[in-house]
Amino acid sequence: MADTQITGKAAPVAFRDVTKAYGKEVTAVDNVSFDVEAGKLVTLLGPSGCGKTTMLRMIAGLEMVTAGTILIGDKDVTKLPATDRDVSMVFQSYALFPHMSVLENVAYGLGFSGFPKPEAHARAHAGLELVGLKGYDARLPSELSGGQQQRVAVARALVLEPQVLLFDEPLSNLDAKLRRQVREDIRGIQQDLGLTVVYVTHDQEEALAVSDEIVVMRNAQIAQIGTPRQLYDAPADAFVADFIGEANLIPCEILSVDGDTAEIAVDSYRYHLPSRGLPPGPSKMAVRPSRIVLNAGDGFDATIAKATYVGVRMEYSIKASFGSLFAVHDDVQNPLDEGSAVKVSFKEIGPVLIPPDRPT
Amino acid sequence: MRIAASERTTHPVLIFWIAAGWVGYCLLPWYGVEDGFFSFQWLIDGYPFDEDYAPAAFLIAQGEKLWLAPLLLPLLAPLVMLGRRKTDPLYAPVLIIAGAAGFAWLIAQGFGIGIRGFNYAWLTALFGDLGDRQFGMGYGAMLLASSFLFLLTQGIAARGAINGDVFVVSAIGGVIVIVATFVFFPIARMLIAAFITDDGGYAIGAFFSKFFDDRLWGLGCFWGARCGAALNSLFLALCVATLTTCLGLTFALVVTRSGFRYNRALRALTVLPIITPPFVIGLALILLFGLSGTVTTFVADLFGTQPTRWLYGLPGIMIAQTLAYTPIAFLVLIGVVEGVSPSMEEAAQTLRANRWQTFKTVSLPLMRPGLANAFLLGFIESMADFGNPLVLGGNYDVLSTEIFFAIVGAQYDQGRAAVFAIVLLFFTLSAFFAQRRWLGKKSYTTVTGKGDSGVHPLMPRRLAWPVFAIAGIWGTFTIIVYGMIVYGSFVELWGVNNNLTFKHYITAFSVGLNEHGLHWSGSAWDSFFTTVFIAATAAPLTAAVGLTTAYLLTRQSFTGKDSFEFGTMLSFAIPGTVIGVSYILAFNVPPIEITGTGIILVVSFIFRNMPVGVRAGIASMSQLDKSLDESSLTLGANSWQTFRKVILPLLRPAILAALVFSFVRAMTAISAVIFLVSAEYNMATSYIIGRVENNDYGLAIAYSTTLIFVMLSVVAFLQFIVGRTQIGRRTQFVTGR
Repeated sequence: MADTQITGKAAPVAFRDVTKAYGKEVTAVDNVSFDVEAGKLVTLLGPSGCGKTTMLRMIAGLEMVTAGTILIGDKDVTKLPATDRDVSMVFQSYALFPHMSVLENVAYGLGFSGFPKPEAHARAHAGLELVGLKGYDARLPSELSGGQQQRVAVARALVLEPQVLLFDEPLSNLDAKLRRQVREDIRGIQQDLGLTVVYVTHDQEEALAVSDEIVVMRNAQIAQIGTPRQLYDAPADAFVADFIGEANLIPCEILSVDGDTAEIAVDSYRYHLPSRGLPPGPSKMAVRPSRIVLNAGDGFDATIAKATYVGVRMEYSIKASFGSLFAVHDDVQNPLDEGSAVKVSFKEIGPVLIPPDRPT
Repeated sequence: MRIAASERTTHPVLIFWIAAGWVGYCLLPWYGVEDGFFSFQWLIDGYPFDEDYAPAAFLIAQGEKLWLAPLLLPLLAPLVMLGRRKTDPLYAPVLIIAGAAGFAWLIAQGFGIGIRGFNYAWLTALFGDLGDRQFGMGYGAMLLASSFLFLLTQGIAARGAINGDVFVVSAIGGVIVIVATFVFFPIARMLIAAFITDDGGYAIGAFFSKFFDDRLWGLGCFWGARCGAALNSLFLALCVATLTTCLGLTFALVVTRSGFRYNRALRALTVLPIITPPFVIGLALILLFGLSGTVTTFVADLFGTQPTRWLYGLPGIMIAQTLAYTPIAFLVLIGVVEGVSPSMEEAAQTLRANRWQTFKTVSLPLMRPGLANAFLLGFIESMADFGNPLVLGGNYDVLSTEIFFAIVGAQYDQGRAAVFAIVLLFFTLSAFFAQRRWLGKKSYTTVTGKGDSGVHPLMPRRLAWPVFAIAGIWGTFTIIVYGMIVYGSFVELWGVNNNLTFKHYITAFSVGLNEHGLHWSGSAWDSFFTTVFIAATAAPLTAAVGLTTAYLLTRQSFTGKDSFEFGTMLSFAIPGTVIGVSYILAFNVPPIEITGTGIILVVSFIFRNMPVGVRAGIASMSQLDKSLDESSLTLGANSWQTFRKVILPLLRPAILAALVFSFVRAMTAISAVIFLVSAEYNMATSYIIGRVENNDYGLAIAYSTTLIFVMLSVVAFLQFIVGRTQIGRRTQFVTGR
């Protein structure tokens, strides 16, 4: 890896009050501002239709902003077309040119960057080597497997040494086993070369695995920005809590606040957790399914509505006084029966109070 | 690594067009050269000082044509912009003003000053008598016009239109200008001609007196006299459209919904209308049912009746057109019938509908837009058809032939021809509007077989029997008719002397040897070579214009795209006769003076066949994932490089199809051609019509047969290369690769 010719020319990206509207009715991105530090991998995450792909395409210059400014490096690129931006993109469909060989595909962009042919080919070879496809240069894209095509697409984007590298759901066309491998490869190359990468996905697990920072999008706006751990452990609202990993939203009563710690009640059950600045009164908390403890001393009363065996664990639907819960349990040897009464409590760390939803 | 285009200070494209402008102004002959576009006699014949061949700069230096002098200003202005950045505040305005002003002045002087000095009385009144004149534009003027146009588009691009994309803006500008020049301008000229009175003035009354003529709207046929041509055409077109749609559906059902084994042979039938010159079916019908036709004499002998001329008139035209256009409806409806998702039908069947109920309640309603489409196509084709009415019309006047006789007959009445053409245009455009209104863009969508693994059910039995019967009868009839064409070409004199002979072929295509080598002594060779030459010239141009337009329509978005699409598709609905009349009216006088040349034929073919190229291009481009373009763009290629390196190579089959198709169509066209041919540039089809008018059927049929086989081999060649053909004449469903 060290002796490759390819180096990063990473630059930061900044969105300043960017809005993208299609016609008068549809607003795909609504007044969004955020920064991507140079050399970091930032993921845009959200359900389909939330505007994340539009944001990516605006960085690439494939869509033009309706209002606002986009900076790459220190340069205002808002009005530049894709051709003139120093950005390359790996497409969901890979978009390899079917009539060109692998080498021609990878060397394609180098030709337009003013490299003489021998050097373009040398760089293309280096790029292919970097993604582990040495010796495949004469093949046509149709003669490669999905994973190999994906890596050609990555090499093609990498060899241009772009200031920013964009990935549009790069793993969605791969099968599950390959996904883990490819995502680790992408992360490895990004860290080795110190690239600035903006990565779009709707798969929260993928996002948690590869990102330095995640931008969670909802309805054309940013719901929360943070490191994977921040998002998982301290979701800003119910949407983020539920989208990043599953979460049970449980109504609770904040009884008292003592410094940073709040005491809350769920039915008769008492529990202590960080207050996050909330005052006493009714509130909501998010509890991951794995943080729910069954029949371990103190707790609130509930019944098992449904028990499902999925191999590595048991999954339970639980009926409590305020609604239903979803819990997973590692003990598959001694499953609980459907209809039996249980005492439900929470693990020591994990559950968080959810601030009331911001008006949107 | 990349240097943004906005920061570059050298602009090769700008330099190129400025240079082209100067070449056009200072080096090339300004006016059209009499000897023809491809003749270079002028180089050694007094150039550059002879007035006929001099470039504009030399004319002005000699003190002539001084109205060309102001063009120097817009030529000089862009020079200042060389070496400046595109973001320079002066860059865009200067180019826009220079380009627009230059182009406008060129047009203004072209229309203002003609072969008799000022064209308009008020100009003479204003400036006094000019005492000079000018002819049609030549190389120099055309190059300069292009230069101004593309300076203008570069200025517009620099202002930020379409992300500042010079290629796309220029392509849009180019297409708009040529479509305006060769479609809208002639039509407008024709509209104006309709208002010209007999003594040369303009009057609304002139239009109405011709418009309400009995020859157009007369209802005489209800009491034994003749009906007007407009009513005749309308009635004929409605009948033919209904018949072709029904027959087309019948064949489509046989191919897709029955166990019929010879599907491929039946599908091959769709190629017939493309390779058949339009009047050939009419000729074959004459051989069968004419006064001395086989069937006529046989029946007459059998029943001892007198042979009649029943064929000439409505029945003959209707049979001929139905034979000719059923394959078109068939081609459209195959796509429609196959396009009905099998899972819909399977769903209906699982919901306890039997086959007949499924067909009636699900399949047929789903086909309805396609049926309407086929009907409207048949309507437009029948309206526009010229060859069959000319051969078989008898006393049944239809618009397309009436237009022809108004222009070429002894009456030579341009005004009447124009009014008739307007009525014809009104009918076809209405059908065209209806088609677009009802069917919208549905007609472009290709069938995606996504997750649809179902199988079409067979036809219900009560439908199958009549369908097979009709298809069988009509299929046999078609085969007999085509057999007749081939057989007829070998018969000495049909109905009189039925001996077989090669005489006609020898007359037409004999080749002799003399002291100069091969001698093409046959009477048909001249027109044959002209036809091949013209068709081969038009084909690549048609493909280029069509595919560029298709690229703009599928891959770019810009303001006014809908009207742009409409404008480019419009010529699809303009009948050939209308094109012919309007071209004669528009291009007989400066500034564009090309009647009697080969260029006018080439141009008419380009714009007659362009919509087909556009459709083929759209169909295949919509199968190319847009991310291919986008990835090319993000990799640093500009849109021209993307077009050339990614899209065109992937469209190779579509390009080839468009080439062959426009070639073949140009070979068989008659309606526009017959107005535009000249002694020097005679086309095969008009030569054949001439033979028919001289009652020389043998030669006409022999020549037609030859054409059919030539074109069959061209299409077969295409099929050999591409693997399969999807060629249709004016069809909606050009399914791309």
